[in-house]
Amino acid sequence: MANPLYRKHIISIPDFSREELELVVDTAGRLKHAPRNDLLKDKLIGSCFFEPSTRTRLSFETAVQRLGGNVIGFADGANTSAKKGETLADSIKIISSYTDAVVMRHPKEGAARLASQFSAVPVINGGDGSNQHPTQTLLDLFTIKETQGTLENLTLAFVGDLKYGRTVHSLTQALSQFNCRFYFVSPEALAMPDYICEELDEKGVQYTLVNSLEDVIPQVDILYMTRVQRERFDEAEFRKIQGKYVLRADMLANARPNLKVLHPLPRVDEIAADVDSTPHAYYFEQARNGVYARQALLALVLNETV
Amino acid sequence: MQYTRTVEALKEGTVIDHLPAGQGLRILSLFKLADTGERVTVGLNLSSRHMGAKDIIKVENIALTEEQANELALFAPRATVNVIENFEVVKKHQLELPETIEGIFDCPNSNCISHGEPVKSFFYVKPTVNDTKMKCKYCEKVFSKDIVAEVK
Ligand SMILES: [Zn+2]
Repeated sequence: MANPLYRKHIISIPDFSREELELVVDTAGRLKHAPRNDLLKDKLIGSCFFEPSTRTRLSFETAVQRLGGNVIGFADGANTSAKKGETLADSIKIISSYTDAVVMRHPKEGAARLASQFSAVPVINGGDGSNQHPTQTLLDLFTIKETQGTLENLTLAFVGDLKYGRTVHSLTQALSQFNCRFYFVSPEALAMPDYICEELDEKGVQYTLVNSLEDVIPQVDILYMTRVQRERFDEAEFRKIQGKYVLRADMLANARPNLKVLHPLPRVDEIAADVDSTPHAYYFEQARNGVYARQALLALVLNETV
Repeated sequence: MQYTRTVEALKEGTVIDHLPAGQGLRILSLFKLADTGERVTVGLNLSSRHMGAKDIIKVENIALTEEQANELALFAPRATVNVIENFEVVKKHQLELPETIEGIFDCPNSNCISHGEPVKSFFYVKPTVNDTKMKCKYCEKVFSKDIVAEVK
């Protein structure tokens, strides 16, 4: 029997069942420990970046090549026919007729969903505006499973910009299927949006809004840091909150031994450099795991069984 | 006398009655009823025993479908929609909120891909305690129905 993701579009985290999330995570783990260079043999993947994102693109293209596949595409859509006024629908019809799957990133929300309606082959969303970035969430889940041994009954704190951080929104959506509990640590102006809190309420997920990063550290398994962008505040406001959402090594003195610090990267100054050498730092391994999570997804979408 | 009769009775068509006063013109334009080319009669601020004041729309020769009637439920859940044939009411639509709504409203998110591409807008409709929410299938943003309706 074909795996449930075979020939499916990968657009948005809420589309995934719990079993599908677990399948990707477990497949990523297997590919990390037993690499396969044959799963995309003779497959050609379109890598279509209508907006540049070097990190995501390199991670995807590495994943394809490690699995023995080939890549065509573009790194910056500003140079393509989209600029001449071609609709995304037309662009995708053409690209999908050349390839076995299309990985795409686009500055507009909903672009991947729309593309999937016009594509002859599976579309994998590599980020659509401020909406979804499902492969980031899958690599986060893989990293959490890898470090905690489970996705279930964990306690996580999300810190920083929770308002605009789509990474954080998708990860809470995904983890709400695994009976986890959350602490949200952010300045008031960057608090978790109401619609996410309402969704969590509906699912009966437990979460607490807290002010102090230090108080919550001893109680959590995962500390998920994000960047608070200076541009979102005026100078006086920023001075008030500056430093409140920065993690230093000394703050981890009472942390649980299994606590891992994650960050979608790039970091600026929200994680002090002295955290890097603690056993809790895991953000660089998390970035590396992005390749395995993307390998897992590509392998599942393009092979009946993996 | 012939004139009076035209306004009051409809031989063939649809009567949308018991619209809250002030909604008549909005619904006329949202559902593009004036663009049908058929004769449309609109009554505004008519007195109603139950509602105080109401608006009413009569469209000749067009029978509103179940789907269209349900879309109306978003704005006027207590409206009545009667389809008329030969001066008789042949169908009274029971208005129910639709589960999805396609093509009537533009997505309020200006950065949503649904603008400028060959697709119709598409929303999932979700009633909540005090409001009705609409979630765009494309950008996945959730809006209050009034915000969605104002955009068009
Ligand atoms: Zn939209």
